[in-house]
Amino acid sequence: MKRRTLPGFGLSMGLTMTWLSLLVLIPLIGLALKASSAEHIWHTLTDERTLAALRTSLTASLAAAAVNALFGPLIAWTLVRYEFPGRRLFDALVDIPFALPTAVAGITLTTLYAPNGWIGRFLAPLGIQVSYSWLGIVVALSFIGFPFVVRTVQPIMEELPMDFEDAAASLGATRLQTLRLVVLPTLLPAIVAGASMAFARGLGEYGSVIFIAGNMPLKTEILPLVIVGKLEQFKYADAAVIAVAMLSLSFALLFLANRLQARLSHRRSA
Amino acid sequence: MSSRNRHDPAWLKFLLVAITVGFLSLAVLVPLASVFAGAFADGLGAWWATISHPDTVSALKMTLLCAAVAVPVNAVGGFAAAWLLTRFSFKGRTLLLSLLDLPISVSPVIAGMLFVLLFGAQGWFGPWLLEHDIRLIFSPPGLVLATCFVTFPFVARELIPVMEELGVSSEEAASMLGASGWQILRRVTLPAAKWGLLYGLILCNARAMGEFGAVSVVSGHISGETNTLPLHAEILYNEYDFTGAFAVASLLTLLAGVTVGLKAWMERKGGISRRH
Repeated sequence: MKRRTLPGFGLSMGLTMTWLSLLVLIPLIGLALKASSAEHIWHTLTDERTLAALRTSLTASLAAAAVNALFGPLIAWTLVRYEFPGRRLFDALVDIPFALPTAVAGITLTTLYAPNGWIGRFLAPLGIQVSYSWLGIVVALSFIGFPFVVRTVQPIMEELPMDFEDAAASLGATRLQTLRLVVLPTLLPAIVAGASMAFARGLGEYGSVIFIAGNMPLKTEILPLVIVGKLEQFKYADAAVIAVAMLSLSFALLFLANRLQARLSHRRSA
Repeated sequence: MSSRNRHDPAWLKFLLVAITVGFLSLAVLVPLASVFAGAFADGLGAWWATISHPDTVSALKMTLLCAAVAVPVNAVGGFAAAWLLTRFSFKGRTLLLSLLDLPISVSPVIAGMLFVLLFGAQGWFGPWLLEHDIRLIFSPPGLVLATCFVTFPFVARELIPVMEELGVSSEEAASMLGASGWQILRRVTLPAAKWGLLYGLILCNARAMGEFGAVSVVSGHISGETNTLPLHAEILYNEYDFTGAFAVASLLTLLAGVTVGLKAWMERKGGISRRH
């Protein structure tokens, strides 16, 4: 025990534990206690519709994370390194997907990418259908996820010492070689951490996806929607099993992202 | 700024700026423009007719109620947690720190479901509540609880790094000079941590007013009773009243604009390092 000179230990401990228990711990314990037999768990998780939804959620989240892992660092680099008209505005715009309610994102993207929408009308003649398809889910999840990558990578770029790049350049490396061999390896942990946050968020995302997905069972139905379906049929035990499986998956992902970030800050302080 | 990009050839710089401006325009500016184009497609009168409709007004009230409870609850809890975690060291501190972040990684749908499992007709406390004729799910208290859950960590997450950085020396000095706990809080800690607190409040409020998945699960979608603005937008959209849906969406988009503007302003003014 170190500092105890300041008052309020008991009070703040009491308040924190009450707040945490009532809002988070008791509800989560309630979910865990909804446990069922191994047979029921196996049956629920291997149901054809659940598995199809898991596949849709995983592939779409992964595709969106890949899109964001590509564009996120590019956007962050431009915002950190270059001066151009409207830079501050575009920098602030990156936060819009965080602040915009997901239902608004959902109905807006669906309308934009529908065959008669502002963007969809250019894609329809090419035979590309976005709204009401797997591609639509990827579009929605890319929208939701790109700020995670940009905002994770940006602070690392801001602190990136230019000396390394100077040194590489003076040793005769071309600019592309420097970027590939010096800059990219330094940024890689942040890119992976940001992309896995986006991926985890994508798996659980609901509001922006259900409008654009079309929600066809076995085809474009996402896992959170399967949970909602079970709840609406009052199959609480089934819903609980799927929820616990989903939670385990996203905790594992966030653990991975945190480990990467920890390694990152360790390296920076070293 | 020329020193910042002295390495990059002009073509690379031009290409990357073009990609960034193109991506952000297509991904953010075009959707924002289309919300307002949709909202005013039938003119200002139609927009106002939707906004002033009793169902919209009651949804707005419900949204304000959710935020009015969730923001103060999570501000008090978040401040207590930040004080506890940055001013004292104790067993289980690291565990507590990670428990605080837990709701961030829970799907909104599961967040809503937790309260259905507790208080729903077939939930743990369902029979007891039914006996005493208390309704928590498919009624306003359920919406408020679900909102509190999804906005739980925002204030704590912003305050902890700020208060960690502030250190304890001024508070200890005040304490030794005989200030009481409340005096230290009001005169020393709050003025020093005010930007971090405000930043957290803004983010918490934006999420509270915009939450969809969690409140959707507990609401039961009763128009004029348990609808929030995002849920109301969904109902109008599913009824093919697109102008109405976008009229409601335009209110929420304005909220998002104000949030992002305030956030950017605070990052510059208050020297807050950016978080999300």
